[in-house]
Amino acid sequence: MKFTIMINEGPYQHQSSDTALQFARSVLAQGHEIFRVFFYHDGVNNGTRLSVPPADDRLLQKEWSEFSKENNLDLVLCIAAAQRRGIMDESEAERQGLDANNIIEGFRISGLGQLIEGGIEADRTVVFGD
Amino acid sequence: MATKKFMFVNRKAPYGTVYALESLEVVLISAAFEQDVSLAFVDDGVYQITKGQDTKGIGQKNFSNTYKALGDYEIKKLYVEKESLEERGLTQDDLMDLVWEDEDDDWAEKPSIIMVNRSEMADVMAEQEVTLSF
Repeated sequence: MKFTIMINEGPYQHQSSDTALQFARSVLAQGHEIFRVFFYHDGVNNGTRLSVPPADDRLLQKEWSEFSKENNLDLVLCIAAAQRRGIMDESEAERQGLDANNIIEGFRISGLGQLIEGGIEADRTVVFGD
Repeated sequence: MATKKFMFVNRKAPYGTVYALESLEVVLISAAFEQDVSLAFVDDGVYQITKGQDTKGIGQKNFSNTYKALGDYEIKKLYVEKESLEERGLTQDDLMDLVWEDEDDDWAEKPSIIMVNRSEMADVMAEQEVTLSF
C-alpha cells in the first residue's frame, strides 16, 4: 500500500513529528511504500538544520534527514508555510534577498499542490497534528 | 489525474491559531486539481463561517470573505455539525449565507451549507477517500 503522510506540527512543541517518524518507519518495515511526506503549518520547522537541542535529546530534523536519505523519500515543506516561518533553501533565500538559508539535506520546498497530488496518488493519507 | 473525494475537516476557531487560514489555502489549491471536495465544520471550526466577523481589535487579517468565494471554485458542499453549533449557543442564522451558482439551473444561487447531526457527519466522513483535518 502507498502512503502519503502529512505533518502539521513543529518538532519538540508537539509529539506529532516523532509519532509520524515512527509510523513512517513501520510503514516501510511492513513492506509498504511512502509516496511523500508533506510538512505544513509549523511542521515546516522539521526542515531546519539550525536546531540545537540539549545533548540528551533527539535531533528530530536530522533523524528525518537520515531516514529520507536511507530510503530515498520525498520530504516536502510547503513553500507558503515555510516563507511565513523563515525556512529557506538556497534559491528561495536568494529570490527573497535574504542573507541565509537553513533547510536540512533531504528536504525540498514546494507548493501545496504536492499535498493534493499526494492525496490522489496514495492509497492512504495520514495526518499527524494537533 | 484521478478524481477523489477529499474532505477538509475544520475544527479550530478562525483566529487564535493559523490552522483555519492555512486550511483555506489548501482548500483553494485543491479546487485547481478538480477533485470532489467537501468541507466539514465541527467543534470550534463552526466559528470560521459565522457572520459579522470583525478583527480590527486583534490585528489579524479578516479572511471570512474567502468562504463566500468557495462556490466560484466549485466547492459547494459545506457540512456543518448541528451539535457543534448548539454546544456554542449558535444557530444556522449566525452563519454566513454561503451559496454556489448552478449553471444547469440558469445560474440559480443554491445554499452550500448542509446541516448534519453528529452521526450523519460520521457517515459523510466514512465516504471520503482523503480526509485532511485542521
